[in-house]
Amino acid sequence: MFGWCGKILKIDLSEKRYNTFIPDPDILIRFIGGRGLAGYFLKEHITLNWDAPDMPILFFAGPLANTPSPFSGFTNVMSRSPLTGTVGDCSVGGNFGTQIKKAGFDGIIITGKSDTLCGIEIHNSKANIVQVPHMSGMQISETGHLLKDKGSTAVIGPAAETGVLFSNIIFDNNIAGGRNGLGLVFAAKNLKYITVEGTKKTKVSDSNELERSKEDIYRLICASPVLSGNFGISKFGTAAFYDLINGRRMMPTDNFRYSYFEHAQLLNAPSLKKLYRPKEDGCPGCSIMCKRVTQKGISMPEFETLSHFSALIGNTDIKTVISANSFCNETGMDAISAASTIACFSEIHEIKLTSSEILGMLADIADKKGEGELLGQGAARYAKIKGFPDAAMTVKGQELPSYDPRGAYGMALSYATSTRGGCHLSAYPVSYEILRKPVSTDRFIFEGKARIIKNSEDLNAAIDSLAVCRYIFFAASMEEYARVFHAVTGISLSAHELIKAGERIYYNERIMNAANGFSAKDDDLPSRFFNSYGYKGSDIQIRPINRKSFLKARANYYKARGLDKSGMPVAEIIKKLEL
Amino acid sequence: MENQFLKYEKKLIKSGLAEDGDPLLGILDAKIKWNKKDKAGKVFESIFESLNINSLIFSKPKEPYFSIINYLAKNSDGIIRPCDCETRTFFHDLPVSDKFNTDAIISRLKKRKCVIIPDYGIIATGMVSIEQAFITYSSVCFSCFVKFFSDYLYAIKYNKPDKRFIQIFEKVLNFVSPPLSFNHCLLQGPFNSSTDVLNALTEAGKLMVDLKLVDSFFGNISYCYNDTLFISQTGSSLDELEGCIDLCPLDGSSCAGITASSEFPAHLDIFKKTGHKAILHGHPKFSVILSMDCEVTNCSNKGLCHITCPCKRNVCGIPVVSGEVGSGTCGLCNTVPEAIIDKPGVIVYGHGIFTSGIKDFNEPFMNLLKIENDCYKEYLNRVYTKLHSKR
Repeated sequence: MFGWCGKILKIDLSEKRYNTFIPDPDILIRFIGGRGLAGYFLKEHITLNWDAPDMPILFFAGPLANTPSPFSGFTNVMSRSPLTGTVGDCSVGGNFGTQIKKAGFDGIIITGKSDTLCGIEIHNSKANIVQVPHMSGMQISETGHLLKDKGSTAVIGPAAETGVLFSNIIFDNNIAGGRNGLGLVFAAKNLKYITVEGTKKTKVSDSNELERSKEDIYRLICASPVLSGNFGISKFGTAAFYDLINGRRMMPTDNFRYSYFEHAQLLNAPSLKKLYRPKEDGCPGCSIMCKRVTQKGISMPEFETLSHFSALIGNTDIKTVISANSFCNETGMDAISAASTIACFSEIHEIKLTSSEILGMLADIADKKGEGELLGQGAARYAKIKGFPDAAMTVKGQELPSYDPRGAYGMALSYATSTRGGCHLSAYPVSYEILRKPVSTDRFIFEGKARIIKNSEDLNAAIDSLAVCRYIFFAASMEEYARVFHAVTGISLSAHELIKAGERIYYNERIMNAANGFSAKDDDLPSRFFNSYGYKGSDIQIRPINRKSFLKARANYYKARGLDKSGMPVAEIIKKLEL
Repeated sequence: MENQFLKYEKKLIKSGLAEDGDPLLGILDAKIKWNKKDKAGKVFESIFESLNINSLIFSKPKEPYFSIINYLAKNSDGIIRPCDCETRTFFHDLPVSDKFNTDAIISRLKKRKCVIIPDYGIIATGMVSIEQAFITYSSVCFSCFVKFFSDYLYAIKYNKPDKRFIQIFEKVLNFVSPPLSFNHCLLQGPFNSSTDVLNALTEAGKLMVDLKLVDSFFGNISYCYNDTLFISQTGSSLDELEGCIDLCPLDGSSCAGITASSEFPAHLDIFKKTGHKAILHGHPKFSVILSMDCEVTNCSNKGLCHITCPCKRNVCGIPVVSGEVGSGTCGLCNTVPEAIIDKPGVIVYGHGIFTSGIKDFNEPFMNLLKIENDCYKEYLNRVYTKLHSKR
């Protein structure tokens, strides 16, 4: 078999045993890998509670991982989200996906619950469950230090162990598998970490063809201003988006009460560069190097963290942003959700927090101390308990990231329809509404956006299933990756056939959410976006979204997606997509 | 959607890419909408059903494109492989379907953004907007034009073109515009306000398209004012630059120019090396064609001319340099700025022209026009000189 290993590792922590199984090759082709295969194997368990021992947590690499395919070592981690109750997943870079393949697997499925805190160590087809009670409460870097010779790592920090609903799994010490609280699924299983390494090779069908297809992709990367330009992410990291988003007047400010941050220039990417002289960092073999670390190797904030720990909470101190980001990484908390929950607190209590109060509040959340215990439940639950549900800027209970939906209507629609709650990555309309790739679309209209969002969700589901870096698609398209897929697997699927698989994968997630009661009532935005301006300037107006137009676009989306009027899956499409 | 239909139908016609009434445009949101009824409507509806697209353009190209594309398609093995930079970078190759048949069309569109059907026309698709389909359609016309005239010149030089090729060449030449002239003056610099700069950029960009020097999406433009480079955004249309200019401070204090043209590094370096404030870049066809016409026959670098060239070449006295789009070690930003010093312009192999001016766009515009006119005349000169010498 080319590309895939054709073998999946299944570990039961209750029984302290593992086995492997061979998936039907047809399943591999129809669900590709990564997010697709994880969703396929999650589906039958999705109505279990997230903390039920039988609820699996799944890690899947893609068929291109561990081959010379460019930017292809991603991993998708999936389970039911403790934060939202929806399908919870995250596609992460790093070395984990490649090492899963090197160990001889396409994916790892973990069920059960250990009676004491444990770790899983995988080496070349063999798994070892080790008891690690001494690691309880240990921070990410300390745990990482103890595991440094054991390959690639997926670790939780103290936030997950104390029950923070937006706790992350941290891969390779500094890459967050975030947004859905999947760290808590680890904690529910009494699982502190997984390490994986191996020496196996993945067979490639046509190496020469793969080399030629790589040339096309690298040529497009050089032609991409977002990736390779003077202001692109290869030069500044993702903080490069900070000026642009603020310039477009869609930077969430003061808990989304405004969409422009007048102090942005103090905290933008050039300021960070000047102050910290950060070093480039990124996934193994990557030429973009989108991450930045300080001279001491501490992760610098990504755009979303930079924006939320500054504009969203009214903070103008860059050092506070760096410290908050570092604290979230060390304790394993999702920085977007943490900042958004603090912003919600500030609004409810009408308090502007000082730097030390921000950092103190983060510590209280991680320690489950004082108000931190409630804040650790996320903005939606906190605001509801306090009697101010409208102060939570969430969709399906997940805190919104750093793009005000009033400034990009495709983003508004995709926040609402995303299967994992308020998320910018499901359809990633920033690409065409703001970054002009593959072409620019009018960001202030809903017309045409239903189909565009559906198409983009399918495309991104396919990308996450190939387990390739999303950023590359600012430059390349599925046309180029279809060629890579063919060169690696020997299977001839066109770009559109791969995207069709993405449609199947996305619809599968809608089916899982529907099984847990999610419907049109959940595909909605906070009322603030329909009632108030984000920015009133002579140049740009960020107006409230017209509710009627939004609902019409959502209805159109349901038609384009093949859902009924309530947003529920229909038998005809389930059959058509062979689900 | 009606506005979108009107806009792109008008653009197709104004650019000379289609005849009035020919283009069929479709956009799918919850349901498909068309700009007009078409007897082959069912074929196109099947395309929408089968592919992950939201827009489509189908049209018979206007002459000379129709004859050119037909000729290339009928003489292809099912794929046309132009060698210009646009195709190499963004399209790879252009598939042909010899039948107007749903399955045949869909199978090709599953792999590429367009399909050519001889005697019928071009189908181009977009995944996020009809603008994508328009750019693809326009690029097919451009690439095929460049390939046709390049192939003909090659055939004249190295093996006698067949009778059919000669007939088509003589026919299409009648549709090719004669050398262009422009006797007016553009806004005069140096400019004293951002508004003046934006007006000058918009005027020069629009003029390039209006004179049919280039199609809308084939170029970029910049002006340096007040320590800020004003530059057209990536993927912007030269004839619609209002609201599509990025302001990039030269002190590096902002990343707001992340959406600036992919040629920003070349523009910046031209300004730094020459002090010229006004820079134009476009892809006029005959400059592109002649840039690829090389006299060296047994070159060890064959097939890599777009990346590097061991010779110092020029066309009509204008340097020809290698270089790929954007940045990177093979990027044209490494070759153009040096080559343009003390020259009226530079031609990038298989790509297009850069020109620059000290204070406004009059000089770079007239230089770009002259280079293209000279290349057109030189092309005909090379064709007919060789033809006569063979006779």
